[in-house]
Amino acid sequence: MTYIAKPKFHHPGLPKNELGYTHRDYEGKISTLCAGCGHDSITASIIEACYELSIEPHRVAKISGIGCSSKTPDYFLGNSHGFNSVHGRMPSVLTGANLANRDLIYLGVSGDGDSASIGFGQFAHSIRRAVNMTYIVENNGVYGLTKGQFSATADRGSKSKKGVMNTDNAIDLVAIALQLGASFVARSFSGDKSQLVPLIAAAIRHKGASFIDVISPCIAFNNHAGSTKSFDYVREHNDAVNRLDVLTGRDPITVDYAPGTVQMVEQHDGTRLALRKIDADYDANDRLAAMTFLQKHAAKGQVVTGLLYVDPDSEDLHTHLDTVETPLNTLEARDLCPGTAALEKINASLR
Amino acid sequence: MSVQSPISSVNDFVVRFANVNGSGSASANELFARSILRHGVPVSPRNIFPSNIQGLPTWYEVRVTEDGHLGARGGVDMMVAMNPQTWDKDVASIEPGGYLFYDSTKPMPTSKFRADINVIGVPLTAITNSTYTDPRQRQLFKNIIYLGALCALLDMDPKLVEQLIGEQYKGKEKLLSSNVHALHLGRDWALQNLKCPIGLQVKKSDKVGDRIFIEGNSAAALGAVYGGATVCAWYPITPSSSVAEAFTSHCKKLRHDPETGKAKYAIVQGEDELASIGIVIGASWNGARAFTATSGPGISLMTEFIGLSYFAEIPAVIMNIQRAGPSTGMPTRTQQCDIIACAYASHGDTKHVLLFPEDPAEAFEFAAQSFDLADRLQTMIFLMLDLDIGMNHRLCRPLKWDDARQYDRGKVMTAEMLDEPGRDFGRYLDVDGDGIPYRTYPGTHPTKGSFFTRGTSRDRYARYSEEGAVYADNMQRLVRKFETAQDMVPRPLQANAAKPTKYGVIYFGSTAPAMDEAIGLLESRGHQLDRMRIRAFPFHSSVASFIADHDFVYVVEQNRDAQLRQLIVNENGIDPVRLVPILHYDGTPITARFIANAIGDHQDHLKVTPLRKAVS
Repeated sequence: MTYIAKPKFHHPGLPKNELGYTHRDYEGKISTLCAGCGHDSITASIIEACYELSIEPHRVAKISGIGCSSKTPDYFLGNSHGFNSVHGRMPSVLTGANLANRDLIYLGVSGDGDSASIGFGQFAHSIRRAVNMTYIVENNGVYGLTKGQFSATADRGSKSKKGVMNTDNAIDLVAIALQLGASFVARSFSGDKSQLVPLIAAAIRHKGASFIDVISPCIAFNNHAGSTKSFDYVREHNDAVNRLDVLTGRDPITVDYAPGTVQMVEQHDGTRLALRKIDADYDANDRLAAMTFLQKHAAKGQVVTGLLYVDPDSEDLHTHLDTVETPLNTLEARDLCPGTAALEKINASLR
Repeated sequence: MSVQSPISSVNDFVVRFANVNGSGSASANELFARSILRHGVPVSPRNIFPSNIQGLPTWYEVRVTEDGHLGARGGVDMMVAMNPQTWDKDVASIEPGGYLFYDSTKPMPTSKFRADINVIGVPLTAITNSTYTDPRQRQLFKNIIYLGALCALLDMDPKLVEQLIGEQYKGKEKLLSSNVHALHLGRDWALQNLKCPIGLQVKKSDKVGDRIFIEGNSAAALGAVYGGATVCAWYPITPSSSVAEAFTSHCKKLRHDPETGKAKYAIVQGEDELASIGIVIGASWNGARAFTATSGPGISLMTEFIGLSYFAEIPAVIMNIQRAGPSTGMPTRTQQCDIIACAYASHGDTKHVLLFPEDPAEAFEFAAQSFDLADRLQTMIFLMLDLDIGMNHRLCRPLKWDDARQYDRGKVMTAEMLDEPGRDFGRYLDVDGDGIPYRTYPGTHPTKGSFFTRGTSRDRYARYSEEGAVYADNMQRLVRKFETAQDMVPRPLQANAAKPTKYGVIYFGSTAPAMDEAIGLLESRGHQLDRMRIRAFPFHSSVASFIADHDFVYVVEQNRDAQLRQLIVNENGIDPVRLVPILHYDGTPITARFIANAIGDHQDHLKVTPLRKAVS
């Protein structure tokens, strides 16, 4: 984590989005991650997605746990409030923040050590509660900050930089998210910005628990022969199920799709997902099929990327709790305190 | 069987019910206590129950106390012995001249009784079986039948009991009539077959006044409603679960938008204590008032987050309903044993604010106040109840609220403030010397006031820094903030003895009612004590002054290691020899008899023993 801010200079010719913000307005501090780290590519994709969606940066709350991935919220959306909480506990902090103010956008950034080990429970329960969030796991299969131990997403049989063979089975967070009822589940690769940016944008617009597992090679400790999270391995084994563009009801952000091969997905907020099907049999609205598809390809050693499942009729925790539309953190004493008259009645009932 | 001198007392005795957990006796026993209250006679009931659902012994004790003593007294004047499993222990606990009430359907050998007590047999099973065929009905109505018999024996007004049953089953006519019928079955049998009333009697009085009868947990939960809590995250654990359950119940009645019917609150049962406090911290960071309720084992699990709350300066409230530890300890027994654990929770140098209410009324007030304190101090506030207050009904003054009262949201910088010319926002800047910085809520301003919250060291502008001087500067400011808290938390209450004395006593929380009574008992033995009830940590300067003004100060608490005493010594630099621990920690509520005997014996000893030996 760094306190070195990027220079404020803006080239006057930088393109602006609908709100008049440039890309620079979505940037944060200078990354102190290793040069070439996949996490920095994800940071760039988050910046791009927020720019394209014309999000007001300060209306985003970015929350993380502990680890390399959890440092990244300092590197984007510099005008947003960030919260680097404790190891594996990002989901609960994000859940509480979301309960307090339903009007903000919540970006949860986590790592495989953070979410698949110490925070596995919190990951699971935030998903099953349908917290309205975009939960991104920057997954490199290794503990970078402590220099190279296997994480719980490391594949069985893969090797560490020191040549140690991993004998434990891997946890597939995408499979778990599907099983737990996430209403938006995707996997991508940090090096595939053209796929990742629209996925993040769609996840942000989605109401409910959006989960994106992003394979993000650790160039220091997990980018060697024998690793299944390396750049080379993922490029060789990547099988994209679809490509996703986002239409926001305004001008399309990208228009790179072919007529006749697009599945339109209407979401609750009017956002329309344009889903390009590469596999003719793939239906991103079928949770069961997604789980089967994932397992079949995993058995073949293939990393399936793309939008695996989306529920267009999704709900979130606030829907389930039936909370008022007004953010709870703006309610005042007159809204919340029942007053002396009510207390007198309570007193009377206790005699 | 009879004795020469049966206990004879009006409106001043202890009845204990020995039951089997799960037999449905709780509501009948509570009805008994409430019925006496309706006679205008104060009562002080206590549940003594096992940590399982069914089958193990449970006791419910009702202290009938015209004088209004609300602490446990100790001893039993009448035992309603409904549990064969604990028979011997129950019979043994009766005071000489006391009464044993039992189910005489099956004859008991004489050896099962005592010669110095009065035995009252009522064939409860026979009466029940002759009236009811359904097994569950037989079990439940047997409890009401013994209640009816007690009404006759204690000369209680049956109409007052019927009135209570009527309130309990309002709108459920069938249940109402069947319960009243069972009540009469027991009462009529007793009147026809026994000498009624016995020596113990309930006579109408006017000593209850406008006081209310409420459990501490429920009152604390109501305090959270009045204090503006909108987010509650919790994980079930005895004896705190009823806080969250009561908060849910109160919110359902008091916190729905009248137009839309939607909830102005959010309650989440977390997957564990870690998630619960994480949710609370996330909500508080984002500007909502949030709390959790737990007990000692939950505090253990939450300590990592408690440290974050302290260091990152995030307001939060934990209601800790203490039980006997360590580890799982005795989950359903009371203690005041988390003082040190909460005061210094988490690794590194931490200090946390603790509040010690004495009864439900104060639990309500302190709960509401804890949210103001949390916001003002931007730190964790612990409301320290225990099982004895939390899960027992207590008679207390009516709950009060001032409608003019506004919530103190503390130092929160708004967008307008951020735009003021010359305004310098630094998340950890101490702008006015009280150690408390300004914060902003997420989403406040497009370009100003955002910061990164973290548990790692940072400078005054929330920028990550491992510079030693920067870290020390921050830690010193946290000390200043804790000093500021000293004058914001509830002050100790002090009362002087009738005559000048060299001795004092310090106590806190649920010990208060027993102490009030113990002072009188000590006076009757010739011992005068000035007293101070501590209501919060950090300690007000008057605590050190009080100790300095006396040769010795007893510190009465319900734990083994004298935790409050340790805290006083540690924080005030006081010679430990001057603080004499009086410790009660068997899991039962401390009694006036225990306090009076422990202090009285020590005082007597002092009169004849050189000082060094007395304190060694």
